[in-house]
Amino acid sequence: MALSIEDIKKVAHLARIEISDTDVNATLIKLTGILGLIEQMQAVDTTGIVPMSHSQELSQRLRDDVVTKTNQRDEFQKNAPLLGNHSTQQAIADGLYLVPKVIE
Amino acid sequence: MSNSHLTNLSLKQFGDLLQSKKISSVELTQMFLHRIQQYNPSINAYIALDEGKTLAQAKAADARIAAGNAAPLTGIPIAQKDIFCAKGWQTTCGSKMLANFIAPYDAHVITLFDAAGAVNLGKTNMDEFAMGSSNETSYFGGVKNPWSFDRVPGGSSGGSAAAVAARLCAAATGTDTGGSIRQPASLCGFTGLKPTYGVVSRFGMIAFASSLDQAGPMAKSAEDCALMMNVMAGFDERDSTSLNREKEDYSSALHQPLRGLRIGLPKEFFAEGLDADVGKVIENAIAEYKKLGAEIIEISLPNTGLSIPVYYVLAPAEASSNLSRYDGVRYGHRAAEYTDLMDMYCKSRAEGFGAEVKRRILIGTYVLSAGYYDAYYLKAQQIRRLIAQDFVEAFKQCDVIMGPAAPSTAFKAGEKVDDPVAMYLQDIYTISTNLAGLPGMSVPAGFSQSVDGKTLPVGLQIIGNYFDEARMLNVAHQYQQVTDWHTQAPNLNMPEGIT
Amino acid sequence: MEWEVVIGLETHTQLQTNTKIFSGASVRYGAEPNTQACEVSLALPGVLPVLNKQAVHCAIKFGLAINAEIAPRSVFARKNYFYPDLPKGYQISQFELPVVGKGAVSIQVPAQGKLAAYEKVVNITRAHLEEDAGKSVHGAVEGMSGIDLNRAGTPLLEIVTEPDMRSAAEAVAYAKKLHELVQWIGICDGNMQEGSFRCDVNVSVRPKGSEALGTRREIKNLNSFKFMTQAIEYETRWQIETLEDGGKIQQATVLFNPDTGETRAMRSKEEANDYRYFPDPDLLPLIITEADKARISAAMPELPEAMKARLEVQYGLSSYDANALTTSRDLADYFVATVNAGAGPKQVANWVMGSISAKLNTEDKNINASPISAQQLAQLLKRIADGTISNNAAKQVFEAMWCAEGDVDSIIVAKGLKQESDSVAIEAIIDEVLAANAAMVEEFKAGKEKAFNALVGQAMKASKGKANPAQVNDILKKKLTA
Repeated sequence: MALSIEDIKKVAHLARIEISDTDVNATLIKLTGILGLIEQMQAVDTTGIVPMSHSQELSQRLRDDVVTKTNQRDEFQKNAPLLGNHSTQQAIADGLYLVPKVIE
Repeated sequence: MSNSHLTNLSLKQFGDLLQSKKISSVELTQMFLHRIQQYNPSINAYIALDEGKTLAQAKAADARIAAGNAAPLTGIPIAQKDIFCAKGWQTTCGSKMLANFIAPYDAHVITLFDAAGAVNLGKTNMDEFAMGSSNETSYFGGVKNPWSFDRVPGGSSGGSAAAVAARLCAAATGTDTGGSIRQPASLCGFTGLKPTYGVVSRFGMIAFASSLDQAGPMAKSAEDCALMMNVMAGFDERDSTSLNREKEDYSSALHQPLRGLRIGLPKEFFAEGLDADVGKVIENAIAEYKKLGAEIIEISLPNTGLSIPVYYVLAPAEASSNLSRYDGVRYGHRAAEYTDLMDMYCKSRAEGFGAEVKRRILIGTYVLSAGYYDAYYLKAQQIRRLIAQDFVEAFKQCDVIMGPAAPSTAFKAGEKVDDPVAMYLQDIYTISTNLAGLPGMSVPAGFSQSVDGKTLPVGLQIIGNYFDEARMLNVAHQYQQVTDWHTQAPNLNMPEGIT
Repeated sequence: MEWEVVIGLETHTQLQTNTKIFSGASVRYGAEPNTQACEVSLALPGVLPVLNKQAVHCAIKFGLAINAEIAPRSVFARKNYFYPDLPKGYQISQFELPVVGKGAVSIQVPAQGKLAAYEKVVNITRAHLEEDAGKSVHGAVEGMSGIDLNRAGTPLLEIVTEPDMRSAAEAVAYAKKLHELVQWIGICDGNMQEGSFRCDVNVSVRPKGSEALGTRREIKNLNSFKFMTQAIEYETRWQIETLEDGGKIQQATVLFNPDTGETRAMRSKEEANDYRYFPDPDLLPLIITEADKARISAAMPELPEAMKARLEVQYGLSSYDANALTTSRDLADYFVATVNAGAGPKQVANWVMGSISAKLNTEDKNINASPISAQQLAQLLKRIADGTISNNAAKQVFEAMWCAEGDVDSIIVAKGLKQESDSVAIEAIIDEVLAANAAMVEEFKAGKEKAFNALVGQAMKASKGKANPAQVNDILKKKLTA
């Protein structure tokens, strides 16, 4: 499964990472190398083998439905990023986090 | 008592000095802070230091000692890998993305060290989001290997590794997703343990690959690692993968004799790809174990070679998802200029993440994307089971498995940084234990002379069965009773050390 | 060409819990923005999810209620996409192995025009647990959206049907039935205004008789049954017109605009999504044992279907009445309590579905808020049965009781509504009436039945409406045929 420039651009878009045209080629070469390493897997017959997601065969523990969290909005919003685009304000207002307009 | 002598003490010895009030925690902490001031500018082991917070903890520890309710690590300065959230501390995970992030809560590991009265000496440098084997992917710059400043300390826990080796802390924490405790322990010449997956809580430990990440101790000796484990290990209801087991005393088995111990040597760990000099050091270590009464058995872990391909599917896949939260909305880096929401996402993430992190996000996104999931992700999970089964078979024949922790000694900075595949091969002997969820450790086993005449440490890897940490620490401790590799420290005043 | 519409529903029901599905943050509605967004809700670095027991219990209850397969082992998966109200960049949901498998809901589709009411079974494909996203608030700051993550992580059960419905009426009947059911079993408060019960409706059309499904468009987030009807009808017309004009339907997610009554494709969802589902490594498989199911089953209320059957058998109600009384557990409980207080079942059914329901509807109240308790209603019906008051008088008493003017007997006294049941007095009145209306008596005797009714009317009038009509009938008949 050879990677193409288009694949890189598509994946970068899915991952929301801007990639310049100059970087695309270098990325393609490196990712092709890594995929080459990964391709070794294809030689293995895995018919009937149950995929392993966790190292221990355990089941999910359930939490009691009791409120344990208190309001820490002010503390948490100290980490809010700057708004950007020449604004030195934090990207918060009236307790909300601010982002460019979401279009539905 | 000279400072250089003092820094070489074991955790037990520090504890004895503190509790007999021969030294205060404040004095001990200041001694380490002074050393950090002196050496960190060249080694770059620490990302964040906060003397005020650190000394406040030392004072509190002194009060606790005075009150007579000290625990074994009370008052001892410990370095924390910058992957653990520590309330009020800058917590960056080695990334520009989190360069300004002040953690508003404590990781479980931090809570446990605080409860033990240990002193948080600072946050140590690391490969960005723990992705790397040389610490060169850190946004905060590379870390020098204290044994040879032109070399890397290994990664991703490179800052903790350098701090332990250079005696810039009494001990440190690390995390290991594919070898990030053991490989740097090998390259920097100290003892590091990656516990069984689920023994140490991951709550508050910034995720790289959730099904593989596990925190563990990095310290001078197995004895020190045992004391660290006594603090770090334990059930945490906030981590669904945390194992609910009875509290264990990891020091309790240290002194058991090794007579009759069956050591398995996987032939795949001694095949092509292993430096001859490293191989020789490991052979000598095995010979030492024979003298201690161990029996040597050749075993096979036939799927070892597949561990790297499997890892480089599963870890990036999990990482690509784990790192999606860094979107510049609620915290972390937001681009200074953007046009709309899409542009804000793409620029913030392109600027906030370094090259290796971006590569792994792209690989992970690719292997999970429509049409490739079965061929990559599912296949990798199936082979993961084969790799785990190899160990199940192996442990029918032996008690512990031994081999090298890394295929070579510390390599030069810049040597592999542009060749990700070569870099990934650094973890060939360590990754399979993460995939299986098994505990593994690296123990100093000697030195090898590099071509350019440097004396560089070599680590012996010990892999145990699930929950056999205490046994492994015993196996390492007995070796450390008859060898002194673990007591050797780099001479930081060598001419090259001042560069 | 004759067209057929094919409809399937995906319903997000917010589960009735105190806390979020993966953290101990409150899910109380209406809090100040982000005050219920804990470190897990905000997806701070290093946080981890732990599953809420109550949310799992709700899912099991639902599975039991629709007689579905409940997975002994189900798995949480990550659905990856970027959106500002999705703090982790993925939603924890269930993909390949949902907690609830195939089941069924039977619905009553009401009569429409010439078409009589009918029953239908809607098959449930699956129901899975997942977390809700936060909310985007617009207009707080010019050109920006504000993100409130209080709702992020609220437990949802997404209930997915087969494409079994063939009209807006069927879709709405299903949605209403589901809405009743989730409230009946106590897993959802059903508050549609607050978003506790939201439907996504998949609509496609195909030539009648065709087997293949047409391309579907998904109408998102309908939170009222009225809008659902309007949206489906509009969408169906639009699709048919598009196809008849030679156009093609593109698969799309659309929004319904209640102001215009139209649907339009969402801009943000234009690009093809690739959600990259994979099992969430932070969560282990959810194991549900037979014992878990048995324990929850034992604590479940009688289900509406079973109760409906019981009302028919035990109280001799018609299927229609039994069905109407089991649309909500509160209503059914009220009915049973009234009967237990000594009233006749049929009468109770008539009053509950008649006067009481009408009042509740006008005042937009739940039966629990009825000012007339089950005991009071039973007392009123007893006074009708024992002849103290007439049916007409009972209506006046009912109005007074609704306005809290007092208990049944004191209202009867206060309003002088007590019925005349003294046969001697009634006989005297009838004698007067017969004497005064000899002509009518003659007509009756000549075979004109209507004259009888006129005489009854005269007698009732003479008693100022207080004479017991049954007694008037009897005595009059006796006297005329004597």
